[in-house]
Amino acid sequence: MKSFLKYREIWLLAGIVVLIGLISTRFPGFADPANLRQVFNDTSILMILALGQMVVILTRSIDLSMASNLCFTGMVVAMLNAAHPAIPIPVLIVIALAVGLVLGAINGFLVWRLNIPSIVVTLGTLTIYRGTTFVVSGGAWVNADQMSPDFIDFQRAAFFGLPVLSWIAIIVIALFFLVMTRTAIGRSIYAIGVNPTASVYAGIDVGRTKFIVFCISGIIGGLAGYLWISRYVIASVEVANGYELNIIAACVIGGISIAGGIGSVGGAVLGALFLGIISNALPVINISPFWQMAISGSAIILAVVLNARGERRQGRIILRKAEAA
Amino acid sequence: MDTTAHHGKVDERLPASAPRLTLTGISKSFPGVRALHNVSLSLYPGQVTALIGENGAGKSTLVKIMTGIYQPDSGEIGIDGQVTTLPSAHAAFGHGITAIHQETVLFDDLSVAENIFLGHAPRTRFGTIDWRTMRKNAREVLETMRAGHIDADARLKDLGIANKHLVAVARAMSIDARIVIMDEPTAALSMKEIEELFLLIEFLKSDGKAVLFISHKFDEIYRIADRYTVFRDGEMVGEGLLKDTGQNEIVRMMVGRNVDHIFPQREPKIGAPVLSVSGLSHPTEFDDIGFELRKGEILGFYGLVGAGRSEVMQAIAGITRTSRGTISLDGTSIAPKSAADSIEAGIVYVPEERGKQGVVIGLPIFQNVSLPSLARTSKSGVLRLAEEFSLARSYTERLDLRASSLSQDVGTLSGGNQQKVVIAKWLATAPKVIILDEPTKGIDIGSKAAVHGFMAELVAQGLSVIMVSSELPEILGMSDRVVVMREGRIAATYDNKGLDAETLVRTAAGIAA
Repeated sequence: MKSFLKYREIWLLAGIVVLIGLISTRFPGFADPANLRQVFNDTSILMILALGQMVVILTRSIDLSMASNLCFTGMVVAMLNAAHPAIPIPVLIVIALAVGLVLGAINGFLVWRLNIPSIVVTLGTLTIYRGTTFVVSGGAWVNADQMSPDFIDFQRAAFFGLPVLSWIAIIVIALFFLVMTRTAIGRSIYAIGVNPTASVYAGIDVGRTKFIVFCISGIIGGLAGYLWISRYVIASVEVANGYELNIIAACVIGGISIAGGIGSVGGAVLGALFLGIISNALPVINISPFWQMAISGSAIILAVVLNARGERRQGRIILRKAEAA
Repeated sequence: MDTTAHHGKVDERLPASAPRLTLTGISKSFPGVRALHNVSLSLYPGQVTALIGENGAGKSTLVKIMTGIYQPDSGEIGIDGQVTTLPSAHAAFGHGITAIHQETVLFDDLSVAENIFLGHAPRTRFGTIDWRTMRKNAREVLETMRAGHIDADARLKDLGIANKHLVAVARAMSIDARIVIMDEPTAALSMKEIEELFLLIEFLKSDGKAVLFISHKFDEIYRIADRYTVFRDGEMVGEGLLKDTGQNEIVRMMVGRNVDHIFPQREPKIGAPVLSVSGLSHPTEFDDIGFELRKGEILGFYGLVGAGRSEVMQAIAGITRTSRGTISLDGTSIAPKSAADSIEAGIVYVPEERGKQGVVIGLPIFQNVSLPSLARTSKSGVLRLAEEFSLARSYTERLDLRASSLSQDVGTLSGGNQQKVVIAKWLATAPKVIILDEPTKGIDIGSKAAVHGFMAELVAQGLSVIMVSSELPEILGMSDRVVVMREGRIAATYDNKGLDAETLVRTAAGIAA
């Protein structure tokens, strides 16, 4: 299984290299390290969000409310910053994480204690969190000139040649990698995704584990809220409207099975990068945004088809071994 | 291949007739693996042929060839003496070949009548389904099978497994099936249901159907089948009439060696009570369950399927809640609220359905083994992989697990080896009491012997084992004492000294001696 996953990620990586190569034929500067660093930085927020979504999908659930969480948390920190510019940025980030955690915990609680399917819960909170943003802000925007310079500049500060935003993404990737491969909770997440019944017998609390993954996706939504608002320097009710679909798309392209249990940190990151490259490159080589959508859509379907074929191949191996045994 | 003359001379009980279906010199390979090599099989009208072989002998592949799912690489299929091919499941269906599987392939949310007539429902003159005729015909088919107790309008999911089998057979009857394949049809049935199934098979025989019966259970094979064909490692190693062939001879053909003692000899050293259960009750499943399990003891739990044995065990394992009663372990009362509580206390439950409740397919072997022990193989939530590996290695080695690497996906292992992984994972929690629910169901003789041998080793080391089993030889061969359950209550507890199978069956079924 491990080697098989690696196999799939290597193919995705190869696809990305080919994509970069193709774009470079039209736009020679694209493969420059400086430009690739820029692409990575531009994709950082999507990568972080995809990782948060990944842990949820692995447990056979889905979090549709991430973009609304991002919007609400972003609005909260932007309004706080506008009203009290003296609050230091690290404190604001902690507040963003905490607000995100609360929103995620609400999702998790409903899924865990009331046993409502996650797609229903988060479809509801998707609207509720965005609606609450309207209530909190009164429909008003927070503009760049209302934000403190620190608020805007923090993520842009260069640090060993990379902006802070990129470093945050790298740290989040590393953290997720460690959690998924080296901790009991990471193992439990995979186990309940593959076989919830067997996990119950093994003493894993499936409900509590799902609660935890929604808390994780909530925290990630909150973090992304601050990063998004300070990057695009505007907070409004419309921020990241519909972006939950991009997040899920990144996961699917990255080989994370919607049926749960299959997927890796590397896959989610590469899936996000793939989408990031497409949205970055196509405008510069003069391809209309409508083609971008078509290409992203095709990539999703292609990814699902390839993954499904991969599963099937694996199935045949089982059969073969079973028959040989 | 044996000639028909060879068959013809031996028997006067069976009508000498031409075979309905002949498979000749069938071979089938999958990339890298030879599943079947030059095998032959004949099915005769009005006769039951038993297909016998260990897991992985190629039985399932052959069934798939007969039902048009796989195509043979070489060989010939003949039906009523005519050479033919079965390019699709539809073609096999058209020749009247139908298979009834372990897990029936019917539609849970459709009615019995719809299941019977799906695909060939009677039509009205407007081309719509003629529901009235369909129900009437369904009732007629069920009636002729002496299964009139099944309501043609009932949802299939409300039926028990035995009745689902009957519906599957009714479906076969309704399409005028001439060749009926039964792939381990009794695996999930109780004694009484098996009796009913046998009556049905007798009926199919008298109706002139050619029946292929696949089972692991010799008593069933000798009861119901006329002929046998034995497969080993994808080759046919013997065939003939059962009345001329002894069980030992067939076992020898299957395994290529003599199996003299299937059950290990042991000298039980039984100590003080470890687990005491009293007055344990559940609102709907069981009532007033009380028993004691002593150190070093194997306590068998026998009963019909649905007697509540698994439900009691799940309550002790913390998976279902009880309404009343006490459980105490080593004299201390425990009230497990989750499986984790029971595991922590030292009670583990190895569930019956290996696929659904046991192994986590997709995870490697070592991660499966360590799954219930994550609390011990991690420190403040961080896993210590070296410890996980050594835990997995020590227990899989003790069980003689055949795998190329512990990082191999459990899904690639055979059924018997998967069962070993499941047992290894529970042993790795260092339990005091281990509850095995149908530990050898559906696994081959070799793997069975390994599991039994290991059970003996466990109790010799001072563990206590509860073994829930529906197989009488296993209950009689392994248990020190036997608890018999009937309809959610304990019917009797016996010392396994001079205990006979009949007593157990009578107690389980509630028949007075």
